Amino acid sequence: MELSTRRFADVIVAEAAGRIDYTNADNFKSALWQAIEQNRGERGPVVIDFSRVDYISSVGLRVLMLAAKEMNGGQRKITIAAPSPVVQEIIAISRFHLILAVFASVREALEKLSPAALAAHDAAPAGGTT
Amino acid sequence: MKRARFWGTRGSLPVALTAAGVRAKLVNVLRASNGRTFVDDRQAAEYLDDLDFAVAGTYGGHSSCVEIETGEPHYVLCDLGSGVRPFGEAALARHGASAPQTYHIFMSHMHWDHIMGLPFFGPAYIPGNRLYIYGGHPGLEGALRRQQSPPSFPVDFSAFRSTIEFVTLEPGRRHDIAGMGVTLIHQYHGGESFGYRFERGGCAIVYSTDSEHKLTDPDSSEAFIDFFRDADLVIFDAMYSLADSISVKADWGHSSNIVGVELCQRANARHLCLFHHEPASTDDTIERVLSDTRRYEEITRTGAPLHISAAYDGMEIDL
Repeated sequence: MELSTRRFADVIVAEAAGRIDYTNADNFKSALWQAIEQNRGERGPVVIDFSRVDYISSVGLRVLMLAAKEMNGGQRKITIAAPSPVVQEIIAISRFHLILAVFASVREALEKLSPAALAAHDAAPAGGTT
Repeated sequence: MKRARFWGTRGSLPVALTAAGVRAKLVNVLRASNGRTFVDDRQAAEYLDDLDFAVAGTYGGHSSCVEIETGEPHYVLCDLGSGVRPFGEAALARHGASAPQTYHIFMSHMHWDHIMGLPFFGPAYIPGNRLYIYGGHPGLEGALRRQQSPPSFPVDFSAFRSTIEFVTLEPGRRHDIAGMGVTLIHQYHGGESFGYRFERGGCAIVYSTDSEHKLTDPDSSEAFIDFFRDADLVIFDAMYSLADSISVKADWGHSSNIVGVELCQRANARHLCLFHHEPASTDDTIERVLSDTRRYEEITRTGAPLHISAAYDGMEIDL
């Protein structure tokens, strides 16, 4: 499991990759919390780009639930973007689509969350800044 | 171990199919028949067999009671929910009142839905019958006596004419009971509950209801994986969705279909049976959960397939 971040205006896009399961859920949580910290001061939203996630198990989904609680407590928004069809199925079967908004792409998520972030995303030649 | 037979499968509170529910099913069945005619009952039954279970059947509404047929003449039961009433009627119909029987009853815990059937269990009132009631809770006898005390019930526990013996079992070690090896495990539930692993002749059944699995506790997960290891059948509390069980219903003491699949896959179990259905769930809801669970197993499968079923009152699983 890997997690890298990009910033588009006030929004942090955290791109996860690989399998998220009981072997690395703690690492996923630590990395995601670091991402959440990056724009805490401006109460900015976070988009988790799932396009390179192959699988997420119950312990990984729990991290998403904790992240949603953390963000909601700070009146911030967090969403999932671009899950693969299989991961999208897992999200639906576990009913997590009732906890977190899921968008088909990062661009769609930014369109919903922040006009400034969308403009930065569309203007960025190689996907923004780390 | 020959089979498991389900007499009560609903969690928390018994439910009944309503007149409106029956009518909706009949409408669907009649529409699906599309003008067909049936010359006899057999043809009509065959037509019904071809329909989806939730269209022409129902998951039922009795609270927890599962019978395990071991091949021995005595009876083995898990829990005394309302499902034990029809079980008792079936046993009496089979043997009559004059042939004494022995019943070995293993209790997960003493919450209302798991004990409410005892006052209606006919064989308990018949002299000569023997009831052995096992559990991990030392207060089991007191709980069963209390539910038959005024003002909760008009018939006192002392009205039972069978011989009733209570046996407290220590978790974590194997007990030889009724021709089986029986092991208990502590479970996370209000007031604590116990899961059972029954072994006989190379066959293993796990009965694990009213059990929340804390995803933050890998040691506990490993303990349950060991407990489920290579089981032929795991009867599993799948009352809530994963999302509910770790958010709004966290610490309510129940688990989900997703966690059931994950534990059974890691334990190399063969058959996961979803049990203790949420009372608010309709037949269609349970059918959807079953379908989703089978799909989740398919997505996540790395070894041999895990068979998935959803328990209904009257279901039998041959072992």
